[in-house]
This record gives sequence, structure tokens and C-alpha cells, in this order.
Amino acid sequence: MSKYTTIIGLEVHVQLATKSKLFCRCSTQFGAEPNTQTCPVCIGMPGSLPVMNEEALNLALQTAVALNCTIPPLTKWDRKQYYYPDLPKGYQISQYDMPMSEHGHLEISDSKDRFETKQIRILRAHLEEDAGKSVHDEVAGRADSVIDLNRTGTPLLEIVSEPDMRSALEARAYLDELKLLLTYIGVSDCNMQEGSLRVDANVNLHIDKGGEKIATPIVEIKNMNSFRAVERAIEYEAGRQYKVWQETGAKLGDSPKQTRGWDDAAGVTRGQRSKEESSDYRYFPDPDLVPVSFSDEQVDAAKASLGELPSTIRESLQSDHGLSAYDAEVLVNQGRTLIDYYQSAVKVAGDAKGVCNWVTQDVLRVLKESDAGIETFSITAASLGDFVAKQKSGELPTARGRDVFDAMLEKGLSAADAMHSLGIEEVDDSELESLCQSLLEANPRIVDDVKGGKQQAVGALIGQAKKQNPNADPSKVRQICLDLIAKM
Amino acid sequence: MSLIELSAAEQSRKLAAGEISSVELVQAYLDRIEKYDGSVGAFLRYDTGRAIAAAKEIDKRRAAGETLGPLAGIPVAVKDILAERGQRTSCASKMLEEFHAPYDATVIARLKATDAVLIGRTNMDEFAMGGSTENSAFQTTQNPWNLKCSPGGSSGGAAAAVAADFAPLSIGTDTGGSIRQPAGFCGIVGFKPTYGRVSRFGLVAFASSLDQVGPLARSVEDIALLYSVIAGHDPQDSTSLDKPIEFATPIDKPLEGLKIGVVAEHFAEGLDSEVESAVREAFATYESLGAKLVEVSLPHSKYAVATYYVIAPCEASSNLARYDGVHYGYRSDQAKLAAELAAERAALEEAGERGAAEDLDTPLVRMYRKSRSEAFGPEVKRRIMLGTYALSAGYYDAYYLKALQVRRLIRQDYDKAFAEVDVIAGPVTPTPPFELGSLVDDPLAMYLVDLYTVSANLTGIPALSLPCGASKSGLPIGLQLQAKPLAEETLLRAGHMYQSATDWHTRRPPL
Repeated sequence: MSKYTTIIGLEVHVQLATKSKLFCRCSTQFGAEPNTQTCPVCIGMPGSLPVMNEEALNLALQTAVALNCTIPPLTKWDRKQYYYPDLPKGYQISQYDMPMSEHGHLEISDSKDRFETKQIRILRAHLEEDAGKSVHDEVAGRADSVIDLNRTGTPLLEIVSEPDMRSALEARAYLDELKLLLTYIGVSDCNMQEGSLRVDANVNLHIDKGGEKIATPIVEIKNMNSFRAVERAIEYEAGRQYKVWQETGAKLGDSPKQTRGWDDAAGVTRGQRSKEESSDYRYFPDPDLVPVSFSDEQVDAAKASLGELPSTIRESLQSDHGLSAYDAEVLVNQGRTLIDYYQSAVKVAGDAKGVCNWVTQDVLRVLKESDAGIETFSITAASLGDFVAKQKSGELPTARGRDVFDAMLEKGLSAADAMHSLGIEEVDDSELESLCQSLLEANPRIVDDVKGGKQQAVGALIGQAKKQNPNADPSKVRQICLDLIAKM
Repeated sequence: MSLIELSAAEQSRKLAAGEISSVELVQAYLDRIEKYDGSVGAFLRYDTGRAIAAAKEIDKRRAAGETLGPLAGIPVAVKDILAERGQRTSCASKMLEEFHAPYDATVIARLKATDAVLIGRTNMDEFAMGGSTENSAFQTTQNPWNLKCSPGGSSGGAAAAVAADFAPLSIGTDTGGSIRQPAGFCGIVGFKPTYGRVSRFGLVAFASSLDQVGPLARSVEDIALLYSVIAGHDPQDSTSLDKPIEFATPIDKPLEGLKIGVVAEHFAEGLDSEVESAVREAFATYESLGAKLVEVSLPHSKYAVATYYVIAPCEASSNLARYDGVHYGYRSDQAKLAAELAAERAALEEAGERGAAEDLDTPLVRMYRKSRSEAFGPEVKRRIMLGTYALSAGYYDAYYLKALQVRRLIRQDYDKAFAEVDVIAGPVTPTPPFELGSLVDDPLAMYLVDLYTVSANLTGIPALSLPCGASKSGLPIGLQLQAKPLAEETLLRAGHMYQSATDWHTRRPPL
């Protein structure tokens, strides 16, 4: 029994995969020369006005319905006001009290059963514009900052969970599942390195003190640059909060919410100056934008556009395809294109488990080694399906599978052509029987051994049979030999 | 009759007929500007060479048989708050003194597309905040009717320019009366269209939900001409209305059975008797033209000024946050800032005030503070502070939210009234033009000048200000007509009816 329960809520900022920014036509392409993707609107020139990007609204709506959120009849835009050099208007256009979606949920589970399957509630998901990027150069004590406004105005969806996670592991599972969902529906590339996905964590503890539940002050952790960092930061922070509580007894409500930054190299969270925390954003409705109402048709269309979601696919792989939870997880985690590949191959093969084995073991291994995606894989789904079908029918001996697969991979051959190039063909049963007969005659000692109860002695004959005819199916050779000996 | 005494519509006909050239016309106005603007101060900038070059180009194209726009060759003055590509757009503020806009406002683009000659940029209250043009950081503008008096504001330069015959047409902006009040004070016509009729793209924002661009001219006919050019849907402005602006009937056709609402609340304490009698005389004129007067009530109008002075500063405090010295505009001298901070820190440390030394502004925060306090004038600061306060946590509901609720009630009053009448008529301002300097120390008295004009902005309805009389000392008095949203045609026809029967609009100041 643990001394405390960790209570975790996550705020995830996701960059929506639009071509242009939220309120102007500037490109959102990552990596351009600083300040080359800007215009009077996104740099807040006097007199410029925002115009909503319809595509961003659509992507946000798709995400919201995929997260099982309700879509309120009316949503509006608010200005969140603060001064910072990378915020050229002096306010960020965001959503305050009427977000475009709320009250959703995302299910998380663990195929290794380290925690029970549970639903993490989503408080809200709202659309907002990104700020620019400040680059601080403090060479030789001469603090100098430069600003890149390329990112300014990029559409972000802020997805806020309820504090429903109870461990770093659950938080990680939530992030993995969220990222998987977002990439499945294609609304974001979720690239953390490029800032397309950012995570802040709200963490505190519920400590059981002789039956009394004590909550510690909530801390918001920022600056986490990978999911692994989120896990580590939460684990560290939980330990730190417990220690602080033991030392000071500080409880929730004793102090305002604190913000701490994660130092990945040092593996610690550090408090930020209280001055940077206190903020009154003076939210008010942006008079430059009109409220938006989504029609039922739009919401239905967004739902219809989603396609099968990871959780549904995982379920059907287990119930309809008979795969294990683990295999289903491995396949689904590879993304929508691999699932499409797998499903097409199964259609041809008629053997879900067989295709799953080849995909999860060989296909994924090859992809990993070549650092490539399934899109460029040289064996088509139909080919792989055919290949598995041939094994299932016995046309292709299991033992030769790997050789054929390699030939298909390297030479881009169909299963049949690969088998032909390797001289693999089905051996007639009568031909096999005469081969076995001659082997038995040539090896009377083995026959005696088998008769004496050493069935495994027949193994030596399989090797010899393969030597004489490489297409001889070892299991068949074994069975025929045993049958013949029994009759002798 | 000299060229400048003709209406813009008449000038346009003569230009099209080849009876006059644009160069002649523009030169005639430039001569007036050269001669009189030294004493009026309507323009912040004008460029004789550029205006003549533009006029020449238009004459050349006309001679070549090209089809030109409806304002081809006619000078238009523009309030210095609309962005014009490559030109200064200062908003009469030190903050934007050197700001050159990198793009054209939609209104400017439309004027250019219609071949108007942009003759100069007119003075205004800084960021359009004020009612006297005394809040300009650069110069005061004198009322052409009496140089000791204010031309009104914030579009004081725009109104004075038309009144002084520096241009037949000018563009102003109206957030709480900033077109109508100076038009009234200068004895010309000013028109604030329905909110959303004219694009705000490129209009430097003061209060976005109230700001509207509009025309100023001598006659309603010219107002209609300029309005038809600048109005219309603009996809670059999300609040722009996608509704046709064409009139079903020419504006010179009188309105049969026109019902005019007379608001009881307009004729209460504070209304100058000369203004009242001029306005009542205008009512009588309308009656003589067959109009019927109907008493209506706008019970919440007494809250209009208070409501306006919550909403407008709230939006202004946000809209003006971008002027922070970081990206463009005025920035306080950084070497001086750094020295000042270092000295303060040293003094505090020497005094052993370590905590205070640590609480000192960061260089960035100090740069923000100094840039803004040095480059904004007192009225702009006052409104930024009012708005910042009203939007702060704990005050939002009591001020901003409450103001929005009252705004809705005011609109309901108008909806009710317009169910009974076609237009509502009344005074533009409680008094004739006041003397320059007389209200500068009394901001509240200055705000109360907006008593009759702010409601049209709060409700978004169109409103027209017409000259309808003169005080004993010879200063203009204005009549305001308001109509329901999108009823520009009704309003302009009603205004034209009045001008067909009166000659106030043909009178010119004794410059």
C-alpha cells in the first residue's frame, strides 16, 4: 500500500495540420528562415484583422468528436491578454468560457495489465493561436533576445483532461493513446521535436494520514520535451511533494498554484519566480471575430469523416481476428497505414493470425532496420496475403517461408515467383512415399531404433530426404516414415 | 461659380464631360490648402507633388478613353487612421509617428480603385479618442467657422477640411460620434453607416465593436456617392456584412409618409436652447414636407454615455496593447533605460533595500513602461487605464458584462422605436462648438458631448448628421437622423429631402 496517490491532469497543446495559420494565409511549414512566414495579420500590424481558417475549425471539430466531446451550440473567441515580445498583439486569441467542445473522454488500457482499463475524462478542448518563439542569447552576460514570428498564429487545440490519472504510467498511456488517436484521424503530426505537441502536467498528492485524506498543493509542470520526460517529471514531482509535505505539512489551498519547470538533464523540477506566475489575463470576447455555431450536420459529418479509431480497431482485431491483446496493441500502435496494410493482407490470406505473425515479426523488423514506413515497403499487402495463404494451404512449406519472404523482399517478387526462383514446388505424396521407402531400406538401423521405441531417430531421415529433394515437407516425411516402419 | 463650390457629384460630371481637368480641380483645392490650412490645421500631411501627379495620370487615362471609376480625379482627404501602403499612418500619436503601413486598408484600396486623388491625411484625436481633435500629438485643428473654436473630434481634421473647402470629400471614422459630431460642429454632413457596412480592415482599431468608417461631405448627394464607393462586403473583415448596398430608389426621391421619431429624452436638461430651437425648426421643415412627427421613448439612453465609456475603453485597452515598443512604433531610448535601471538598483542596494532592488523592473518591463508612457497622450492613457481596470478579475462582471447588458437594452429601445417610425431625429450635440481649451481639463464634460451620438455605435445603427442652423455667434448646429440597421437608403433620402428644402449646407465659413 502506497503512502499516497498521485493525482494527475494533463493539458496538451496540439498543432493542427493546416496549411495556413489560424487567422491569416501564412504557411505553417516548420523550419523556414525566421520571420519569413509572416504578414500584417499574424504580426499584429495596426489595422489588421483576423479571419478564421475553416480548415482549422474542421480539424478541431473532428478531434473533439473523436474525443467523445459534446459540441455546444455556440462557441466564441476571447482575447487572453499579457505582454511578451513573442506575442505581437499583446493578446492571444483563445477561447475562455465558451470552448468549442467539452466533456469528452479517452479510454486508456495497458496490454501488460499494469493498470486497469479506465476512462480519462476530457474537461474541454479549445482552439487558439500559438505565440512566436523567443530565442535568448546571453553571451558574455549581455542578455540579448531575438524573436521569430513564423509560429505566431499557428492553430493549436488545447486538450485539457480532468485530474483522472493516478500514475506516471497512466499519464504516459493517456499521451500515447491521444497521440495515436490524433495521428489516426490525421489532424496533427504530433511531432514533439517541432513543437506540434506540447504537454503541461498538473500534479498533486492525496496522502492517507490515518484514514484522513490530505491533498497537497497543485503544481503545474512545464518544459517537458518528450513523453518520457513527462513520466520522469511526474515521478520526481510526486516524490518531491511528499517530502515537502513531510517537512512543512503544506496543504492544498495554503498557497496559490505553483509552476515548476522540468530540467531534463538534472532530472528535477524547479520553481519559477512567483512574479512570472501571477497573472490576470483580462479575458474578454474578441470583437474582431464572430461567434461560430456548428450545425448537427457539421458534427455528424465530422464524426463520419473519422474512420475507424484505434480503440475500435484494437477491439475488432481481438474479437473478429482472434488476435491477442498484445498483438492488437502492437499492430494498432503502428498507425493507420499499417493497419490498412494488415487488413488488406488478411483479406487475401484468410489467416489473420498468420498475417499478424509475419507483420509483427518480419515486416516490422525490416521496417525498423531500414527506418522506413509501410508506404514504401516492397512487398505489397496483396503479395504478403498470398504468401501467407500459400503457407496455410501447404503449398509453401513452413520451413521455406523465411527464404521466400526474403526473396520477395529483395527482388520484389510475388510469392509464386519467389517460390519458383527457389525451386519450391509441392512434392507428390506417392513420390514422397517412394523416397521414404528407399531411405528406410538404406538405413536399417534407424528402422530398428524406431521399432525399439526411439521415435526421434527418424529425424536423421528427414535431413537425408531434404538433401535428395529440398521441397520435401519435413513433417510429411516424418509421418510417412513412421507409417511405413509401423507396417514393416 | 468656382470649381470648389461645385458638389463632388457635379465635379464628377464635368470631369467626365471633359469640361474640367482633374489637375485644375486638384490645384484649386491645393491652393486653398496652401492659403488657409496654416490657420485651420486640418491636415497632418499633404503632398502637392503626389496629388498633382495622380491627377495628371487620371487626366491622361481619361484622354486615352479609359473607363474610370466614379470618383476619378476628385480629391478625397483621409483621416490619418487608415493604413495606406508605404505612407505614414500616425493616428496623430507619437507612438506611430514614423509608422509606414505595409498595406492598404480596404477603404483606401477602394478609393484607389475608383481613381480618387488622395489629397492628404487629416488630423484627429490621438487614436480617435476625443471629441475636439485637441488630443492630437502633433497639432490642433481650428474650426473654420471660428478659429477659436474646436472643429469637434475625433475626425476634426476631416470635417474642417471639407468645411474649409480643402477637399469636397473626406473619410472619417466614428466610434462614438467621431464623424457626426465634427460634421455638426463644422456645418457639413457626416455619415456613420451600419456597423459592418464598411470594412474595418486597415482601420487602426480603437474600439472594434463600435468603430465604423464613413464619409464627410457638404451634401447628402456627395455622401451617397462616397458611401457607395467605400461600402460593401470584405472577406478580410469577419464583422463585415455580406449584404448588397445598392439603393432601390435614387436618394433624391422624397419619402412618402415619412414618420419621424422625436425622442422625449433628447430634450432634457443640458440641451442648449439655441440647439433645441434649430432642431425643432428642422422638425417643422420636415412636417412642411409631409412628414409626420411621432413621439418615441428611448428610456435607456440615459445610460448610453456610461455604457460607452466602459465598452470603448475596455476594447481600446486591448487593441492598444500591441504598441509595446517591441516590433514597431516608438521605443524608449534603451541606453538611457539601462542607465536609469542600474542607478536605481545601485541606490537601493546602497540603502540596503535588497528586496526592493530585486523587485525592480526587468529591462523588458521597463522598456514597455517607458515606451508607452512616453508615446501615449493623457487621454489615451486614461482610457487604457479605465479599460484595463474594468476588465480585471473581480471587476469584469460589474463593468464590462453589465455594460454589455445595458447595450442590449439600448438596442431593444431602438428596435421598439423603429417599429413605429422610419427615422429618429434629434440634436447631434447638446451645444454648439465649444472653444478650444475650454474642456481639456474636464474629461467628464468632454465625454458628455457624446450624449446623443454614442447610441448609434452601441446599437450598430446608421446615423447621419446634417447642418440645420447656426447659433447667434454664427456657429453651426447639427441635426442627427438615425435609422434601423441597414436602412441607409431611408436615411440618405430623408437627409436629401431636408437639404432640398434648406440651404444650411450651402453656407461656407468666412475664411
